[in-house]
Amino acid sequence: MKRTDKLFALAATFNSPNDIIHAAKVIADARYKNFDINTPYPVHGMDKAMKLKPSKLGYITLASGLSGAAFAMFFMWWAMSVDYPQIIGGKPFFAFPAFIPVAFEVTVLFATLSTVIGLLTFMFGFPNNKHSLHETEYMKKVSADKFGAVIYADDSLFNESKIKELFTSLKASSVELIYHYEKVSYPIFEPKFLMFLIAVAVVTSGGTYFTLNKLLFMQPFNWMVYQDKLSSQEKSEFSQDNNGSRPKVEGTVAKGFLPYPFAGQNIPTETLANPLLPTKEVLKLGEKKYLSFCSPCHGNYAEGDSRLRGQFPNPPTLHSTRAREFSDGMIYHIITHGQNVMPGYESQVTREERWAIVNYIRALQRAKNAKDSDIEEIQKGLLNASK
Amino acid sequence: MLQNNIEYQKKELPDKLSQLGWILFGVGVILGVIGFFSDHHRTLLNYLMAYMFILSIGIGSLLLIALEYVGGADWSVPIRRVVEFLAAIIIILPILVLPLVFNIHDIFHWAHEEAVSSDAILKGKSPYLNVTFFLIRVFAVLAIWGLFYYLLIRNSNAQDKSRDQLLTKKNIILSAIFIPVFAITITITAVDWLMSLEPHWFSTIFGVYFFASSVVASLAAVTLFVVKLKENGFMHPQLVDDHLFSLGALQFAFINFWAYIAFSQYLLIWYANLPEENFWFLHRWQHGWEYLSILLIITHFIVPYAALLSQPAKMEPKRLKFISVWILVAHFIDIYWLVMPNFEGYYFSWIDLVVPLLAVGVIILIFNYRAKKSNLVPVGDPKLQKGLDFRVP
Repeated sequence: MKRTDKLFALAATFNSPNDIIHAAKVIADARYKNFDINTPYPVHGMDKAMKLKPSKLGYITLASGLSGAAFAMFFMWWAMSVDYPQIIGGKPFFAFPAFIPVAFEVTVLFATLSTVIGLLTFMFGFPNNKHSLHETEYMKKVSADKFGAVIYADDSLFNESKIKELFTSLKASSVELIYHYEKVSYPIFEPKFLMFLIAVAVVTSGGTYFTLNKLLFMQPFNWMVYQDKLSSQEKSEFSQDNNGSRPKVEGTVAKGFLPYPFAGQNIPTETLANPLLPTKEVLKLGEKKYLSFCSPCHGNYAEGDSRLRGQFPNPPTLHSTRAREFSDGMIYHIITHGQNVMPGYESQVTREERWAIVNYIRALQRAKNAKDSDIEEIQKGLLNASK
Repeated sequence: MLQNNIEYQKKELPDKLSQLGWILFGVGVILGVIGFFSDHHRTLLNYLMAYMFILSIGIGSLLLIALEYVGGADWSVPIRRVVEFLAAIIIILPILVLPLVFNIHDIFHWAHEEAVSSDAILKGKSPYLNVTFFLIRVFAVLAIWGLFYYLLIRNSNAQDKSRDQLLTKKNIILSAIFIPVFAITITITAVDWLMSLEPHWFSTIFGVYFFASSVVASLAAVTLFVVKLKENGFMHPQLVDDHLFSLGALQFAFINFWAYIAFSQYLLIWYANLPEENFWFLHRWQHGWEYLSILLIITHFIVPYAALLSQPAKMEPKRLKFISVWILVAHFIDIYWLVMPNFEGYYFSWIDLVVPLLAVGVIILIFNYRAKKSNLVPVGDPKLQKGLDFRVP
């Protein structure tokens, strides 16, 4: 890039970190204000040698961190307790402790982003990404193995010959005159670059739109959506009656299911015998299933004290004489097909589980109407256990 | 190979320091004895606070020494002796613990057999929480700490004369072993002495909470002693504000860590709101204790955080001195907050003065005693020159 003949700065390179610290001290002591040091890596103690004031960037970070905290708190207050109050976990609408982690995160987010943006704009002069020091011999050296000092021409004490003398007295390894760039334009706003940005935006957003909304519905990408199979109740061109769902073949028995001969009848089924013995496991299973399926209406102890608080008519107690005199088969029949308001549970509770429930109901009935002999039996059992 | 040629003449600490220590200690003991006969239970609790305060600073300092070795830190070498002197408290802990051990039934609810037998929860915890096992734990933990202290300090002192670099290596290995041991023992200590005051309550983060408190407190004590000694010309002349900056930055970090842990503990219990956990915080939010809770948040977090936030603040000796004292006071409040609300009907009383007087007196006396024996600068440490050259970038 072309340069004007207007002097931008005078630069010198040095060979060692100690030299550059010394040079920075001397330059600062000579009351130059507008100068800079460039080194390939951070040199400790440079801030002090250059007499730099503490950076003001921290104030930007602090201010935006605080405003982030305030914003987060305000927004959560407005959203959670004014605009759309909801009870969450029984906490108050303004649940301050629960807001602290969010406020903390937003604080950190605001603080870091503003630090980066503040650094770029206030310190580096964004969008200007072109500095007259760029593309000079000096810059090449100090980004490799030399340590450079540069005094800008707009310093009030700037005097070319005096500074040259100063640099030579400091034993600089090279001194370089740097001139302004011809025209300070911001390459970032060049039409070419902007067009490129726009093109990238159009291509990525257009491509995304096309992929998600068009491409996925074209052959062959829609194969996952349209498959050669029938969903339930769909029309079928293949079968004669055009019905996609096929009826069961007469006499089919599903694995694990026995046909129930009393389906649809309302007769006392003395002939159905309980195939399960009331063992501990069976009663456990019966209890579990009873509590899941029966207890909501019949109550935990089959006393007809519904847990549904009158949303349905309360069912009768299972401890009545009538219910106690039912045969096992009758109870099984009622569970299977229902009675009055009670629906059948054939589809939800398996055959074995239904018999287990019958056994459990028998145990409940026995416990509620215990005989004296039962109590003696239990006491005997306890005595044996304590021995 | 690192080697330093630093000569540093040992300087005697002024008699004023030991006089101050004796006065504080004496007044504390007299107040304690009077309190013991006028309000037996309360004085014991106050003594427990003083003990925990002393213990936290001692063991926190030992951890700081271990961290220096394991982390390979240079900057803290010139001030390591101050930390070592504070860690010397560990040696007298087995003596300081005796009054508590003899009155164990007056402090801990779970130490009463009739209370345990009628309480299903305490019964369930009794395999751990019983007097025999408690005493075994207490003395085992103190013995382990004493052992590590003895080994680390012996090597450090021997290096002053021999200037043997191998001793640093030995200490690195010792420290690496010590740190996980520390994690376990400090949890046991926190659970035994503080959490079991309310034996029905439990919090798995409690050990970490006490660890955070003790590191904050010991950093504050170290900073206070370093700044004071530096101002009066006892430290090495090349010790500059940049070293103080590291101390300030560490303090700032651990203040945040403490707040983070304390808040984590609170948030989970508050959110779950289970009756078996939340009563502990409810005790601290009733009957006037809520003011102490708020005071704790302000003194232990908000004020030190704001005071140490900016970079220059972390290296300004005057501010560091002030904030160190402030944090030590906040640490008192922290321990008070942990202990007192567990017991009904206790409010502030003159007996509470026993805690700061006794604790500070003991710490000063031990510091002074150790300072007479060793050089204030570890002149034989190979990293000393590098440590003195430390500068904040």
